[in-house]
Amino acid sequence: MLGKLDWSAIPFDQPIPLGAALIVFIAGLAVLGWISVKGYWPYLWHDWITSVDHKRIGVMYIVLAMLMLLRGFVDAIMMRTQQLFAIHGPGYLPPEHFNQIFSAHGTIMIFFASMPFMIGLMNFVVPLQLGIRDVAFPTLNSVSFWLTATGALLVNMSLVVGEFARTGWLPYAPLSELAYSPGVGVDYYLWAIQISGVGTLLTGVNLVTTILKMRAPGMGYLRMPMFCWTSLAANLLIVAAFPILTATLAMLTLDRYLGFHFFTNEAGGNQMMFVNLIWAWGHPEVYILVLPAFGVFSEIFSTFSSKPLFGYRSMVTATMFICLVSFMVWLHHFFTMGAGANVNTAFGIATSVIAVGTGVKIYNWLFTMYGGKIRFDTPMLWALGFVTTFTVGGMTGVLLAVPPADFVLHNSLFLVAHFHNVIISGVLFGAFAGFTFWFPKAFGFRLHEGWGKAAFWFTLLGFILVFAPLYVVGLQGMTRRLQHIEVDAWVPWIVIAAAGVAVMLVGAACQIAQLFLSIRDRDQLRDDTGDPWDGRSLEWSTPSPPLPFNFAHQPHVENEEPYWSMKQRVIAGQEPKTNRQYEPIDMPKNSPTGFVTAFFATIIGFALIWHIWWLSILGFLGAYATFVVFAWRDQAEIVISADEVERMDHDRTAARLAWLRRREQVS
Amino acid sequence: MSGQSDAMPSDITAGSATRDPYVLGHPSGAGKKGSGDQLATGHGEGGPASKFVTVTYGFWIFLLSDIIMFSGFFASYAVLANATNGGPTGKQLFDLTRVAIQTGLLLTSTFTAGLASLALERRSVIGTQAWLLVTGVLGALFLLLEGQEFITMIGDDAGPARSAFLSAFFALVGCHGLHVGLGILWLGTMMAQLWVKGFRADILRRLHCFSLFWHALDIIWVAIFSLVYLLGASQ
Repeated sequence: MLGKLDWSAIPFDQPIPLGAALIVFIAGLAVLGWISVKGYWPYLWHDWITSVDHKRIGVMYIVLAMLMLLRGFVDAIMMRTQQLFAIHGPGYLPPEHFNQIFSAHGTIMIFFASMPFMIGLMNFVVPLQLGIRDVAFPTLNSVSFWLTATGALLVNMSLVVGEFARTGWLPYAPLSELAYSPGVGVDYYLWAIQISGVGTLLTGVNLVTTILKMRAPGMGYLRMPMFCWTSLAANLLIVAAFPILTATLAMLTLDRYLGFHFFTNEAGGNQMMFVNLIWAWGHPEVYILVLPAFGVFSEIFSTFSSKPLFGYRSMVTATMFICLVSFMVWLHHFFTMGAGANVNTAFGIATSVIAVGTGVKIYNWLFTMYGGKIRFDTPMLWALGFVTTFTVGGMTGVLLAVPPADFVLHNSLFLVAHFHNVIISGVLFGAFAGFTFWFPKAFGFRLHEGWGKAAFWFTLLGFILVFAPLYVVGLQGMTRRLQHIEVDAWVPWIVIAAAGVAVMLVGAACQIAQLFLSIRDRDQLRDDTGDPWDGRSLEWSTPSPPLPFNFAHQPHVENEEPYWSMKQRVIAGQEPKTNRQYEPIDMPKNSPTGFVTAFFATIIGFALIWHIWWLSILGFLGAYATFVVFAWRDQAEIVISADEVERMDHDRTAARLAWLRRREQVS
Repeated sequence: MSGQSDAMPSDITAGSATRDPYVLGHPSGAGKKGSGDQLATGHGEGGPASKFVTVTYGFWIFLLSDIIMFSGFFASYAVLANATNGGPTGKQLFDLTRVAIQTGLLLTSTFTAGLASLALERRSVIGTQAWLLVTGVLGALFLLLEGQEFITMIGDDAGPARSAFLSAFFALVGCHGLHVGLGILWLGTMMAQLWVKGFRADILRRLHCFSLFWHALDIIWVAIFSLVYLLGASQ
């Protein structure tokens, strides 16, 4: 009846996961209770859960990402402290639990923290920058988000019900095959990633179509803001790379569920094929994460240097170059597999060449700052922290790209230090920079600067303290994923790394304090202008938060920096103050389709993990019924009348006009 | 959209670049390379595309991703094609007569899907429904033959668990079959919807997408037919 599921799935004998789950459960109940007491359910349902507004979906993506970032960070703290306590001893985490933790850390950080953060930023910003009212497929966007949330839910469910994979964040075969991983851990991984992967793929389709087909009049390709270009590149990579992941994981699933022999030891299975296929997705994946962050930094360097981006065209070229070459370097993840000297050389050269594209970008950012009026607000600090530390990470990457060096450093902590060096300074700093940069746009008030700066400095210091020692022990021969340590020479470095995690924890605490205190003091931090950073692209031309339809009048773009030139005209007194006519606007109707689909996807995933076949069939029937109900609806859009548009536009811009008038009086 | 251009005359924009003191790396003046004042190249200057274009374009992108997924299965088949583990080879297993009939059925169904599109252009309900029905029936017959092939093979101890070659074969061909099956489900749903709702704009878009989907499956089948069956039977 319940497949493999019984009471033994709950880890009553393990206090750590049980305690953690209990805390999460109680916190969750408290939040739900608070929502019920305050009577926020109708608001939550109508304005958020069923919303198909790209801005709200973007915000929800980022909320999910931040929660998962905390979860992944807890895993990181446990790993660092376990190594600290397990010097010549067992530590506090038994090996099978430690293995689950490093697997969950990687899986969560990549799939459920970094990806949703970047997708959330793209969702929120891209339509605003393109001067349009929503993405190409708003309901699909909601489906994408809720499927990602389903994946995150399944991964976290594994904490209490059953176990998570012990195979590392990429379930290398044959370790992940049934013979060596008989539990449900790998199945949790497979279905969580498969379901959220569908969501990501749909996002890719959605945003590629949006960027290529739905720009405001006048916005040719070479007038798109850099963030839109890097988003386009990242989403093209999603469309081209995620299907490979889907196929690979489907093969592993067939091996585990139906006795196929794709990657098994027996019957001719080929484990090297798994490694090749997974990295044919995996390498583009790192660029899917970092390219949008590059876009964020481009916007920030230009805005906070009060200058247009230096070398716009070379930036576009470098972005598309990285997009293409990222598919030609995957073998550098396993030089030691034995593909032969010629193959290794080719991929080593390709890997070094891809760094040239990134180098072009680094120089462009430096030259953007050159001669500019630089303002050191929090987003700019994150960007400066990025450009310095990322360069170090990039150079250690080029070092690893040399096959003979890689034979020595492969699977050592040097490698771990390298990829954290690029992912934390690239993706995480990019995420925080974008978060601080666009937060006032999303909510109409700024984040507290002091706490933001404190968060930056603690995070940067902690980040260096954790990973600089890991480079050293990596060179000394310490391999990754060690549950306990027997070499005394490594101990001082491990202690420093653990201290670094404590500093990062302070940084995270500052970040949380910043968010809560800014919400509390939102009236003091209110931004009436809609343009708190003296921005240059179209999103800053809207009031904060933007109206549901973004633009009461569709903007007309005539150069690379439409809002900057608009402001220049106003300053020069050349903006004609005509009373423009308002027109009715068609907006996509809210729909619970995404939420309901994710509900059934959760049932399907859970049922398949535990081999509850009847329940999975019910789940599929429910998903099909949802699809039919959605297809059957008669009204896909609601019309906002011209009067209503005018009223909303006036209401929302009143504060801004008052600010402008005050400013005119002062000057 | 109307009433926009007069609010922002282009001559003012062109002048603004020279007034901006921070345009390093951006030579000012209209028409110069990199100034951003010249008319940018590329499409999209005219504003967002129509809904029909957007939807079908998005579906094209989805189809491309689907084809990449198939390429993963094709690649694994190419790697594992000789890993027969001492079991039966393609030459012993493949029945080219059945495959020829399957191919005929699927290609004909693509033709009838095209006829359905033509009937759709004429807004003929009967014609569209009839050709869609023929398309679906041909697809179902194709699936029936594929099912028969699979059952025969599994009965002869040549199931997917027999060898890596057969795993790759069943996964690749089965993935295509799954697509055809889902296509038939979609087709049935569309026929019911067309019956109830008539030629609504969204239904026209969806039928167009279905037609693209069905043709794409045909292209993938041609690759399976030549790379799996013909190559396999000749070796």
